[in-house]
Amino acid sequence: MSVETLFEIRFPAKAERLCKVRALVKKTADEVGCCSELTDKLVIAVNEACMNVIQHAYKGDELGEIVLQMLNNDGKVHFKIVDYANPIDLDSVKPRDLDDLRPGGLGTHFINEIMDECDRGHLEAGNGNYLEMTKKIS
Amino acid sequence: MNINTLEGEGYTIIGLEGDVDLSCSPDARKSILDVLQTNKNLLIDLGKVSYIDSSGVASLVEGYQTAKKQALKFGLVGVSDAAMSVLKLARLDKVFPIHDSVAEFEKEDA
Repeated sequence: MSVETLFEIRFPAKAERLCKVRALVKKTADEVGCCSELTDKLVIAVNEACMNVIQHAYKGDELGEIVLQMLNNDGKVHFKIVDYANPIDLDSVKPRDLDDLRPGGLGTHFINEIMDECDRGHLEAGNGNYLEMTKKIS
Repeated sequence: MNINTLEGEGYTIIGLEGDVDLSCSPDARKSILDVLQTNKNLLIDLGKVSYIDSSGVASLVEGYQTAKKQALKFGLVGVSDAAMSVLKLARLDKVFPIHDSVAEFEKEDA
């Protein structure tokens, strides 16, 4: 089965845009047959990934852009999130110890907990970052 | 997101409604810390929360820790399924005092 692009959107790195992103992911996950529990989890993971870009890659610069792709690949949903911010320190992207109770640091834990596979890196041109996340749906 | 504040006997209830995400969690955080600054016990009603992200959860954690430092009571009440699944993901469902209802909190508090 070939890879099907379910959607690709480009949007400004603004927190106010996340509501629409969540709605689109939810609608599309429903359409490809994800159960409601999985759909809700995919929404959480994508939201957290976009939040991380807004807060940590663009550091609140709302002129930044995020590209989000959702693909259907033979029983797996695949998300690719690209930004054009300065390359982030990939070693700093790690979930915090949940026993260390403090505000913040949960987003990466949520993503890792929900997704089957995650791959982070820098764009080849050196001016941006990507995160790819995959989850089996059947 | 809407924020409603109600005064009870010896405590304040902050009700959060709708999506608690990065666009509005600073408002939720401010409301929580403002109440705690007045040295009042605090209940947060999450019954009408349709979505909460890690920034919203961070506001709850900060409120919990601030209350603890000030020896004030802090609890969550009527947590919606959507909010509970995120709290479970963060393994905070075993950390926060969670009450089914305000009446249950009052009974435990008596």
